Amino acid sequence: MRPLTLGRLFLRCSILAVILFVVVVIALKLGAVQVSLYGLGRDLIRVLLRQSSSISSDYGLIVLNIRLPRILLAIVVGASLSVAGASFQALLRNPLADPYVLGISSGAAVGSIVALMVENQLALSPEFAGLITPFGAFLGAAVTIAAVYYLGRRDGQIDSTTLLLGGIITASFLSAIIMFLMSTLAGGNLRGASYWMMGSLSTLPPESLLFLLGIGFFVATGAIYTTASDLNLLLAGEKEAMHLGVDVRRVQIVVYLAASILTGLAVSVSGAIGYVGLLVPHAMRMIFGSDHRMLIPSSALGGAIALVIADTIARTVAAPSDLPVGAVTAMVGAPFFIYLLRRRLS
Amino acid sequence: MSTPLRTPMPSAANSSADQPLRGNPDVRLSVEQASYVYAPNPSQAPLFTLEALSFQAKPGEIVAILGPNASGKSTLLKLISGALAPLSGRVFLNGFATHSLTPKLRAQRIALVQQESRLLFPSRVWEFVLQGRHAHGHGLRFESEEDVTVAKNALAQVGALHLTDRWMDKISGGEKQRVILARALAQQPLLLLLDEPTLHLDIGAQVDLLDSLRRLAAENRYTVVVVTHELNLTGEYANQVVLLQKGKCLRVGAPASVFQRDLLEQVFQAPLNVEMTSSGRPRVTLFSNK
Repeated sequence: MRPLTLGRLFLRCSILAVILFVVVVIALKLGAVQVSLYGLGRDLIRVLLRQSSSISSDYGLIVLNIRLPRILLAIVVGASLSVAGASFQALLRNPLADPYVLGISSGAAVGSIVALMVENQLALSPEFAGLITPFGAFLGAAVTIAAVYYLGRRDGQIDSTTLLLGGIITASFLSAIIMFLMSTLAGGNLRGASYWMMGSLSTLPPESLLFLLGIGFFVATGAIYTTASDLNLLLAGEKEAMHLGVDVRRVQIVVYLAASILTGLAVSVSGAIGYVGLLVPHAMRMIFGSDHRMLIPSSALGGAIALVIADTIARTVAAPSDLPVGAVTAMVGAPFFIYLLRRRLS
Repeated sequence: MSTPLRTPMPSAANSSADQPLRGNPDVRLSVEQASYVYAPNPSQAPLFTLEALSFQAKPGEIVAILGPNASGKSTLLKLISGALAPLSGRVFLNGFATHSLTPKLRAQRIALVQQESRLLFPSRVWEFVLQGRHAHGHGLRFESEEDVTVAKNALAQVGALHLTDRWMDKISGGEKQRVILARALAQQPLLLLLDEPTLHLDIGAQVDLLDSLRRLAAENRYTVVVVTHELNLTGEYANQVVLLQKGKCLRVGAPASVFQRDLLEQVFQAPLNVEMTSSGRPRVTLFSNK
């Protein structure tokens, strides 16, 4: 009998953090332009020691102004989607739940697009305008998950197959809405349909939005983490959790809102990147077990690692052109989804 | 709503210190004229009615709720567990209405062993048993040494200590039932509720389980309420029987007084015979209808 301790939690998270750091360093180096990290590091230390006032080399500019922000974006988006995925799996008691598969990301994308349209009409000041998009995305995600939840109910119980089917159909319907909005209203700052449907990290969002993304991630993940031990019991079913002392309604509302915020924020800055929320929590469960006190932080770090790797592949494999990162995650994630589905059926 | 000021620790050593707060000090569970109605909406005729019924149980006592299908056994269990609020009347545990306790307080006092639930992700036996400590934890609930000790004792009490490191989905039905019971014991409850605990067990495992229950009720002074339709196991193990039929409580009392041939034949719609064994327990023999 070896229950999880705080020490073990920190140790495991530190190992993941080190892996993330290594992955980030490699991602900084790779790209259309080859850079020497040694040279960059030397320059950085000089700046820090005030021996020089700025980074002189050209590659420094590429690495710090182009690659690093994009990697940071990948870290927050990957972490958000993974934590959202792990949360939806517990909330819906469905191991195949994922913001993308259930159509929640598509709902957030529609919400973002509508918000962008409203924003264009209102002609707000630029720093304020950027904040409407994530709010629209959050609403889109929250409404979609509520709709899918009710579609997935049969005789008052969540039926996992009906839920998945409901989600997949909802995703398909919402993709059609995205295509419709894109074809009839294209232009301005709406970006393209493939951005919203496949996801991409190539466009950096405005700074105010990045700030909100960071804050939102920590608040929402923190809120979910306070329910981590309740989620362990909720996996056994609502009634059983209640009899073991879980305030089921409160936990459901907290997790529902927080996971919608995470999905909404991630989609509003990167479109609907699929399968990260499915792959990463499953991988983490295989390594560390299904205790949510470990699963939530490890999914956050693992999601960051996974998306940084996926995005590095997306921008290097066909360089200088940029693949949508969602294409890379779907190529790995969709077969994995089939594998999990087959295993469940057998 | 009344909120108790302290948490009872119902182990064998100190359960006597946990004095009931109202009524007869020997009574732990008191069901007082409790009734319930299932209706899809108020304007329609009710789908099922559990008529008002009363009984009381002491520490260490095993109460069997006996009846055929759709007699209201599970509804009564839900009223006792506090999952449902009675339409009229009250259910008191040590003087507190069970349905008005917070989920956490309720789980510290009442443990429910349900028919086996499907696990979404595999877990180890020890992880499962530690779930019983959830209501006793704080904050993020990293389990303490004490929690581990309680969980180990619970496994030892049901004779399942050797299963500690096994996976829940790799043990037999009888073993699983013991582990589920161990999780309930880890809650250190005053009241132990079991919903058809012998349903999927072979006869040997049924007797094993009920022997453990009898021993545990005596040792730990639990009040045990078991929902069942097993006549002979009820006759052998219960101290008190609540006999239900179609939502009506027909009789409450010791097995010898409830197990009347005519009464049981009418309730279970089967020809049967009741004899008394040398230990004063009733034994039922069923005959074919043809």
